[in-house]
Amino acid sequence: MPLSSEIVFALAAIVVFCLGLYGLIAYAHLVRKIMAINIMGSAVFLFFGAIARRNFDEGSDPVPQAMVITGIVVAVAATAFALTLARRIHAITGETQLPEEQSRP
Amino acid sequence: MSETLVWSILIPLLGAIVTFWFNPRWVAAIGLAFSLATGSFALWIAYAIGRDGRLLHELGGWGAPLGIDLYADGLSAFMLATNGLVGILISAAAYLYFEPNGDGTGHAQERRAFWPLWLFLWSALNLAYVSSDAFNLYIAVELIGLAGVALIVITGRHDAMVAAMRYLLVALLGSLSYLLGVAMLYGEFHTLDLRLMAELSAEAESSLVLWVSLALISVGLMVKTALFPLHFWLPPAHSSAAAPVSALLSALVVKATFYLLLRLWFGVFSDQMTVTFGQVFGVLATMAIIGGSVQAILQRRLKMMVAYSTVAHIGYLFLLLPLTIPFRGSDTAAWNFDGFSGGIYHLLSHALAKSAMFLAAGIVIMSMGNDRLRNLRGMAHQLPLTTFAFGLAGVSLMGLPPSGGFVAKWFMINAAIESGQWWWAIVLLVGGLLTAVYVFLVLRYAFLPVHPPHFRSPPRRLEFVALTLALLSLVIGFRAVEAFDLLEAGTPFLNAPGGSEGP
Repeated sequence: MPLSSEIVFALAAIVVFCLGLYGLIAYAHLVRKIMAINIMGSAVFLFFGAIARRNFDEGSDPVPQAMVITGIVVAVAATAFALTLARRIHAITGETQLPEEQSRP
Repeated sequence: MSETLVWSILIPLLGAIVTFWFNPRWVAAIGLAFSLATGSFALWIAYAIGRDGRLLHELGGWGAPLGIDLYADGLSAFMLATNGLVGILISAAAYLYFEPNGDGTGHAQERRAFWPLWLFLWSALNLAYVSSDAFNLYIAVELIGLAGVALIVITGRHDAMVAAMRYLLVALLGSLSYLLGVAMLYGEFHTLDLRLMAELSAEAESSLVLWVSLALISVGLMVKTALFPLHFWLPPAHSSAAAPVSALLSALVVKATFYLLLRLWFGVFSDQMTVTFGQVFGVLATMAIIGGSVQAILQRRLKMMVAYSTVAHIGYLFLLLPLTIPFRGSDTAAWNFDGFSGGIYHLLSHALAKSAMFLAAGIVIMSMGNDRLRNLRGMAHQLPLTTFAFGLAGVSLMGLPPSGGFVAKWFMINAAIESGQWWWAIVLLVGGLLTAVYVFLVLRYAFLPVHPPHFRSPPRRLEFVALTLALLSLVIGFRAVEAFDLLEAGTPFLNAPGGSEGP
């Protein structure tokens, strides 16, 4: 099977998703965790892009694109909320980590 | 007729927007009115589905696969009704719990934040129960998560913030994993409609992509349902919230993602539901029941104990899986409906009992200052109604007759024995015994005759709400037949082996 561009993009998306997951688990700083979640989200959107291309021979399938747009809106709202919460935790406790992860970077 | 499904989402959404703009003085009354409307409307929809059968609404008249379908069968109706019934009572409790003090001050911030967020959450829950589109369900799951996290932090306490942050990260991780799984399903079937996908997957061969997507979706939603060993975020999050919020989260929110798992497992992935798959989830469920109960027994604070009890009872829900999938030794090749309805009935009885318990714990904190177990001495004398409510809820959780929990366990044990899987029956019985241990641990302290030093009388009506929930969890044991009939209105098994699918 020739390695078509859709397959390359889909595999890249899986790799980026795993990188984001690693970041979420490995780093304790809340802003890093929130960024890791965003990287995972971008990976999913990239995967949708690859699928949009795969389904059609010419042009691309609009349905995954519509989903990506909606997904971005949700991701922005969730990120804003997470950052606000992280700031409040920092303001109250002076910490930028969850208590069980105090010793990690 | 079919637009009713749209209104089940729009009424609470409208309420959320209206209450958001009102000043704290009126917000509670208006919020309560909208809650009553939402809840009774959901109960009416469930009644209508039980009478006339399943409902289908094509949004904008487009229809699947191009448009988005709203679809409700017996299982959706059951979930809508559970939400409606428990939601109305918790709303009443929240109205009383966040009541201002005599001089009109106090709880103003909680009141302002609670009602819009709760109605928003209710709207998202109803969306999850009537939606038939995998991406629409992602939106519902994400909204449920965001509204749930926001409800935890309304008290402004620092431990609640930390617990909410952990919950938020876990919830986002879970929904992204689910979304990646949905993307793979779309690549495989070129549609997002669950019913179309179920039809296509029945003809398709089992492929690697399907298994990967099953794994991503299952893990993503399991994290959000807090199935052992992915439950670590639940006890601090559920116990640090205000009591009505804890009740909402434990009774209703974790059940929504469980419902989604059922829809996908028995619809889209019915070919992948092998005996091994069922047994693996049976083992996870057993670990949840034993581990959660032991942790509950070890807790020294009432709310943490009740929260760990939720971890254990989520285990019972997942025990539905090995009991529903046809087992090798059994003589029937069809899905086992007894095991399925037993598990679903447990969902209702747990929702009622657990919200009663959390409200009782909230009343204890309100009147005794804190919820350390050793400070509960004198509770039975000072708060007889609350103690009675806690005990009754405990009876239902233990599964003693005639409670709803007993009916659920009876059906599950029957299914286990009939299909030749006696080991799950033992798990169910041991789980009941362990539940009894922590319930009696609380009652033992409650009946010690010591006068509590700082006692403040709680609102009597709040105690009655908790008692109503506990009594309901007991008396639904007498009304199981109607609920099971409702579940059969449009079987949830789209691709039933043995074929019991009707139009």
